[in-house]
Amino acid sequence: MDPLMLAVAGPNDMWYALPLVIAVSLVYSATRHEQVGPILTHAVRIGIWITGFMAVIFAVLLLISWGL
Amino acid sequence: MPPSHEQQQYEETVHLKDPALAAFLAWLIPGLGHLYQGRVAKAGLFFVCIMGTFLYGVCLGGSHELGWGRTVYVEWGKPFARLPYLCQVGVGLPALPALVQAYRMDADKRVWAGGFMAPPRDENRFDGPNRDQPTAHELNLKLHRFLELGRQYTMIAGLLNILAIYDAWGGPVISESARRKKEEEEEAEKKDIPSEVPS
Repeated sequence: MDPLMLAVAGPNDMWYALPLVIAVSLVYSATRHEQVGPILTHAVRIGIWITGFMAVIFAVLLLISWGL
Repeated sequence: MPPSHEQQQYEETVHLKDPALAAFLAWLIPGLGHLYQGRVAKAGLFFVCIMGTFLYGVCLGGSHELGWGRTVYVEWGKPFARLPYLCQVGVGLPALPALVQAYRMDADKRVWAGGFMAPPRDENRFDGPNRDQPTAHELNLKLHRFLELGRQYTMIAGLLNILAIYDAWGGPVISESARRKKEEEEEAEKKDIPSEVPS
């Protein structure tokens, strides 16, 4: 079966990463700021960065799996 | 010109009180050290994020049949078998029942609370007060990948609390660029101050 279909169809364990991304982003940002506003702003930026990084790694692994 | 929001933030003094005590309290219960320092918003944020992550991991790595918190445990006599606990213990008090349960298992005493945070039974052991406890093989067979997922969640919670402990001990970490920007603003302010003209 196509790896991309496997990745997006049905229950996907990748969703378990979402609470971790949120928690890590908030805690990391909270160690850099004191006010709630900058904490949340920084957390959104960090969360997007982490998600984007994971997406890039996913794409690379997907490309590798197509070549095998 | 009114100070920017960032400038206000960095000019605001963070009263750390007793940093060592704050760090210990932050380890004991996530957010408690910040509450002691009066940093209520951050205390609430750390508590919710770190405890939420840890508790979710405890729920993932257990079941009503097998007992909860099966992914947080210690095994005496196997010094390198429970490296994950070194991360999990970062969460503090919520991870300490594992030490008590490990002692009880090792001393051949009945573990408490249905095996909450108890180590798995030795596979070669079929007698004793803990003969009904699941083995490591049974845990992996019945919990599948959720045992590992729970382990990851609880380990990450412990590691995140290390960041919170450092924040309670030393205050927020200001990035190099922000520090440079603050120094530039202070220098600009000094240049704006007019010099006194002698009469």
